[in-house]
Amino acid sequence: MTTTSLETTAPTTGSLSSKRRGRPGGLSLRRAVVVFVAPFGVLYALFYVIPIAFAIYQSLLTVKREGTFGAAQQVFGGLSQYILVFQDGAFWGSVGRVLVFGIVQVPVMLFLALLFALLLDSPLLRGKKFFRLAFFAPYAVPGVIAAIMWGFLYSPSLSPFSALTSSVNFLSADLVLWSIANIVTWVYVGYNMLIIYSSLLAIPQEIYEAAKLDGANNWQIAVGIKIPLVTPAIILTAVFSIIGTLQLLAEPQTLRSFSSAISSTYTPNLAVYTTASIPNYSLAAAFSVVLALATFILSFVFLKLTQRRAFA
Amino acid sequence: MSTTATQRRLIRNDAPPRTAGRESIVSRSGAMLVMAVFTFYFLIPVWWLLVQSTKTRGEFSSTAPLWFTPDGFSSFVANLGTLFSYDSGVFVRWLVNSVFYAGAGAFLGTLVAAMCGYALAKYQFRGREVLFNVVLSGVLVPATALALPLFLIFSQVQLTNTYWAVFLPSIVSPFGVYLARIFAASSVPDELLEAARLDGSGEVRTFFTLAIRLMSPALVTMFLFQFVAIWNNFFLPLIMLRDQTLFPVTLGLYAWNSSIGQAPELRSLVIIGAFVSIVPLIIAFLSLQRFWSGGLAAGSIK
Repeated sequence: MTTTSLETTAPTTGSLSSKRRGRPGGLSLRRAVVVFVAPFGVLYALFYVIPIAFAIYQSLLTVKREGTFGAAQQVFGGLSQYILVFQDGAFWGSVGRVLVFGIVQVPVMLFLALLFALLLDSPLLRGKKFFRLAFFAPYAVPGVIAAIMWGFLYSPSLSPFSALTSSVNFLSADLVLWSIANIVTWVYVGYNMLIIYSSLLAIPQEIYEAAKLDGANNWQIAVGIKIPLVTPAIILTAVFSIIGTLQLLAEPQTLRSFSSAISSTYTPNLAVYTTASIPNYSLAAAFSVVLALATFILSFVFLKLTQRRAFA
Repeated sequence: MSTTATQRRLIRNDAPPRTAGRESIVSRSGAMLVMAVFTFYFLIPVWWLLVQSTKTRGEFSSTAPLWFTPDGFSSFVANLGTLFSYDSGVFVRWLVNSVFYAGAGAFLGTLVAAMCGYALAKYQFRGREVLFNVVLSGVLVPATALALPLFLIFSQVQLTNTYWAVFLPSIVSPFGVYLARIFAASSVPDELLEAARLDGSGEVRTFFTLAIRLMSPALVTMFLFQFVAIWNNFFLPLIMLRDQTLFPVTLGLYAWNSSIGQAPELRSLVIIGAFVSIVPLIIAFLSLQRFWSGGLAAGSIK
């Protein structure tokens, strides 16, 4: 009896809405979906899709003048801007620079983050809460502020480590890239540590019991069980770090007032900014499109290569 | 669900380790040493900033850089006074702007992302997978690659150099939608929605009265993510804004820092301004940290 009444109740709601129109719940559900999706959909279209389309359109234009002093006019130029992009040594120099930066900085940062997360998850430490807070705190410091702070710390006259900074010039052409890497690492290690640590905490304790019965020590448990289980989290942090590396702007731009070794095209985004300030919008748009594509492909390939689905 | 499990373990993990006796002294002191060294690394720059903001301009290079001077407190107050009154109080304006851009932007952004993610998790409709994939591609498109095209679009409608130019694009967070979908799937049971339907509650009302409450810990996480992203965003305001009364605090301090060469008195303002601007953020962060851990676990385990 109960079952039947339950079965009849459901179609009743259905027939209520079918009086309004269509299949059970059809219209009201569809209307609800529209209400839920539309606000984000509209904003996404306006501030993501249209700008990308506009950037591509702008990058296909070129400026033409009637004679040397004639009025400038934007005309369709096909792929001519992209030819300029590929001939632009400064731009590719900046791409190469951030790639070198990423190849070194991302693994170092993630290694440290993994190490700290494993230590926090091990029985070796006391005062875990303090360490967690202290290591995470720099993430609250915006890139610009972090760069200003470290800029002062690097400079020989103000630094509290003047013995070091007067013998090693951290703001010189040779070292400034790694000084930036240090700033980025300082800000983001704790954040990545927390992501990995959170996924360590989500591992059920029972998994370790069998290993412990077999006499495995902490080190063996960490390498044999924990690291494989948090690999999806590490991949996620790696993808976001790769995206972040190609986007470097705030730190080098801010450090320019401390170091003359940072040129106006030091990173790809600095090149975009500098080119747009000329203003040469079409070339800057072409830079942006190439950079977005490169970022997209790089993180996509990385996700595929690791053969795990960090995104469900 | 995994959030509560995580929080339970967070608490358990902070208790003194039961098995401590079994670990060798060597590995325990090794671990503590590593953590102590890096604590120094992470905290010393902030400490330096605090100490420097209690100094007068002449004391920067003449006194110990990592310790206070006897009259440090009165210098600190004097520096604060200069900071808040300089250029008719423009620094306060920047702080207010940042709170507005990040606070209102993250609030609206979390709301629209939650609605969209909820629909993706709880309804079957045509184009659902396509929509989700389009949004996910948005996660991989770097926000800075959008700054220039956004500038070009806003200049078409003469809206560059306005609050809108920074505020509106900041609302959109594809990553928020991705998180909201995961959170909605794990924290809002289908049976409950079915029951609400039987009670005659409309879909939209069910979301605002029921689902949003079940998702609220996750929504705090999403809000935090977006708040930080907007607060730290540099390229968009840099490219959009000319009028310094519209600046967020990061851009304002950047502008001051860039003109230290011409106006050396700005150096002490940059230092104390940097300190003042990060203190509220660090406090908010640390007090809300459990939301980071819980939300991040749900977001990355999946």
